[in-house]
Amino acid sequence: MTEKKKTRKYRERLTFGRVLMYVVLFIGAVIALFPFYWMITGALKTVSEVNKLPPLLTPGNWLNMENFIYAFQTAPFAIYFKNSVLALLGCITVCTFTTILASYAFSRLRFPGRNTIFALLISLMMVPYEMIIITNYRTIVTWKLHDTLWALIIPFTSSIFYTYILKGFFDSVPDSLYQAAKVDGCSDWKYLWRVMVPMAKSSLATIILLNSIATWNSFMWPMIATNSKEVRTLPFGLYIFMTEGGQRNERMMAAATIIVLPMIIIFLFTRKYIISGMSRGGIKG
Amino acid sequence: MRKRPFSERIKPLLYLLPFIISVTIFTIYPIVNVIRMSFLENYKHLTGAFDSVGLGNYQKVVSDPLFRQGLGNTVKYVLFVVPISTAIAVVLATLLNQRVRFQGFFQTAYFLPMVTSSLAVGLAWRFMFNDKYGILNYFLSFLGNDGLKWLGDPSSNFYALVIFGIWSILPNTIILLLSGLQNIDPLYYTAAKVDGAKTLRIFFRITVPLLAPTIMLVVIINSISTFKMFHELFPLFSGPGVAYNLYTVVYYIYYEFRVLTPPKYGYAAAAAVILLVTVFTFTMLQRAVNAWSNRERGNQ
Repeated sequence: MTEKKKTRKYRERLTFGRVLMYVVLFIGAVIALFPFYWMITGALKTVSEVNKLPPLLTPGNWLNMENFIYAFQTAPFAIYFKNSVLALLGCITVCTFTTILASYAFSRLRFPGRNTIFALLISLMMVPYEMIIITNYRTIVTWKLHDTLWALIIPFTSSIFYTYILKGFFDSVPDSLYQAAKVDGCSDWKYLWRVMVPMAKSSLATIILLNSIATWNSFMWPMIATNSKEVRTLPFGLYIFMTEGGQRNERMMAAATIIVLPMIIIFLFTRKYIISGMSRGGIKG
Repeated sequence: MRKRPFSERIKPLLYLLPFIISVTIFTIYPIVNVIRMSFLENYKHLTGAFDSVGLGNYQKVVSDPLFRQGLGNTVKYVLFVVPISTAIAVVLATLLNQRVRFQGFFQTAYFLPMVTSSLAVGLAWRFMFNDKYGILNYFLSFLGNDGLKWLGDPSSNFYALVIFGIWSILPNTIILLLSGLQNIDPLYYTAAKVDGAKTLRIFFRITVPLLAPTIMLVVIINSISTFKMFHELFPLFSGPGVAYNLYTVVYYIYYEFRVLTPPKYGYAAAAAVILLVTVFTFTMLQRAVNAWSNRERGNQ
């Protein structure tokens, strides 16, 4: 503990080793960030600036919005954006609800075979998503839901991984709290929503953020389950834009920026939750 | 008196119902169904009719040159990406685990690729890989190199894929290694410093051996995820490379059930089961490593 406090006031001696360390870390950071820099500056360049040799490191006008205006007004990125937001809200709302209820049942309620069932579900987490997708596509087609926004929400109404995270938190809440609430005549339903859910704020934030990232960036499933312009989400829309629109790099970079920017902003504010969730087992494809 | 126990007994079921319905339809049934379809020969997806039950699909898939090529590419990709990314990540994670300034900046920079669409970022890479206007060839020109046709040439597009793959997988790898590093007792380092050990010696004699279980876990987890390589093909090449030269196992599955008309569900299912068995093997390995590392920790 005292170690940690010292860290703040720690004055470093810049030895050769430490300088080298900063150089390596800095080069790594530049390589990690460069594609984003290149994407955003590319989006701000004009056609002639993008196709210049040698490449221009900065755009001529940092406020050149013409490619963004093109993406939203001429290309259908306003529709794609709306669809992405709707799919995101749908997935988060329903999935979070089923996750809360199921985590509570697995953590607090008693029923025969509870632990066995949960262990079996956990073992299903290793099944590749790519395998499940084959049947899910057929299910969606059979239900005549392909090429609708429902197809992007309904298969994602539950998550074993998020249930596992939230159950882990619920398990850590002491039994005595539950007993005390019971003595006061609090029902399970009330206890769950009035006591447990408010306590689980940071676990809930983590699963909602992971779910948002996964849904927002999802490409394979929308490509398989949707087709027409009206229901495309951003990544699939961008892919179609690229294959149909040819090599207008500055426009593609603007469209790519539209997809990436909301997640960058969210990440800057919620880094702690996202990193803690990621370190517990990553993310679906 | 009788009604209350019943309502108590039914309650867990009501809480679980939405979750169980969804998991059954969209996770459990699909697994069972794919395994079933993989054994049905000449399966007609519209009528559900099939000729016979057997290993015909597996024989067909295993002898299919495209699948073999896909498997070859996939294994090659795993063998390139996993060792290189792990080595880089061990160094970067060790440095990030030191007391450094700008910790917040470095964390943001290194972990940002985790939250951004791989399709969108892949397009930025495509732009960078451009053989005429791309910034990478521009940098290469300083080294007196004429530059590569990164994306359009079947002899070099694999390397573009590997570079993008390593860049994409590094954040997750670093995170897992960091949590492993934080489990190392700082006493070891204190003792080494008291003995006057040099930094590099500490890294190779203390950090790497004590991190070994985590490194093995990372290698296995990354092998699983790179074995499923698929998404990366679309932003870079709009498909599996030049004339299908970058076919992969998952692309084969996707192609058989979604691109082909009429779809070949039987082949897709058989290939998916092969994928499952591979992943399962790696996962068992992971469990064994986990058990081993827990024992090691107990012995310390």
